[in-house]
Amino acid sequence: MRARSNEPIFWALFGAGGTLAAVLLPSIIVVTGVAGPLGWLGPDAMSHARALAFAQSWFGKLFVFGVISLVFWHAFHRIYHSLHDLGVQRGLGVFKVVSYGLAALATLTTAITLLRIG
Amino acid sequence: MTRRKPYVRSMDGWWRRNPHFTRYMMREATSIFLALYAGIMLLGLVALADGETAYDTWLRFARHPLSLVLHVIVLAAAVFHSVTWFAVSPKAMPAMRVGGKPMPPGFIIASQYAATAVASIVVVLLAWGP
Repeated sequence: MRARSNEPIFWALFGAGGTLAAVLLPSIIVVTGVAGPLGWLGPDAMSHARALAFAQSWFGKLFVFGVISLVFWHAFHRIYHSLHDLGVQRGLGVFKVVSYGLAALATLTTAITLLRIG
Repeated sequence: MTRRKPYVRSMDGWWRRNPHFTRYMMREATSIFLALYAGIMLLGLVALADGETAYDTWLRFARHPLSLVLHVIVLAAAVFHSVTWFAVSPKAMPAMRVGGKPMPPGFIIASQYAATAVASIVVVLLAWGP
């Protein structure tokens, strides 16, 4: 019997991350990257105390973990498959390990950091 | 092994030959910007865990004009990702039937734009802190 492909797992993470990113990222980017830093959401919207309180709540933890880890899985799945589109043939196995490895590392770092925040 | 050397047309730059392929590669390239943004968020989270000084340093970087410009570019890539993601969703997701009839593709796409609009309002309201 042929070994089962691990592709469906990565494809599921790619799909989940892609949908999450499509629905949530535009507004999140506006908040954390433009409107928040410019003070359009209020002077304390991006304050340390407020960000900490959000990351300490169970909803905030779930939200931050879901967004960061799934976007990493989505993006690195696409980057890895684009290498094939660009004609990269040698060392694809290494690129696969590096791509999914980075996504796994980011997931782990996010989880540990959220636990560290408490 | 034979010593034949058949002519193989080069595939270099194939995606620049046809606007359809270019659009496809642009869609794939959005992932670079999404990864970059997720990385910036992760740095912010680590800074948040490290304490107020580290977080304020991250925030100072976020307020820099270059960071603002970068985020506008990332935003454009994210919007392009959303538009293309929703456009292919009727073909990518499992077929759904309502009352024995397949759901019209236009309805599937429109409902995702509606979900995005609602989610965006919720995100902004959550972040709002005068």
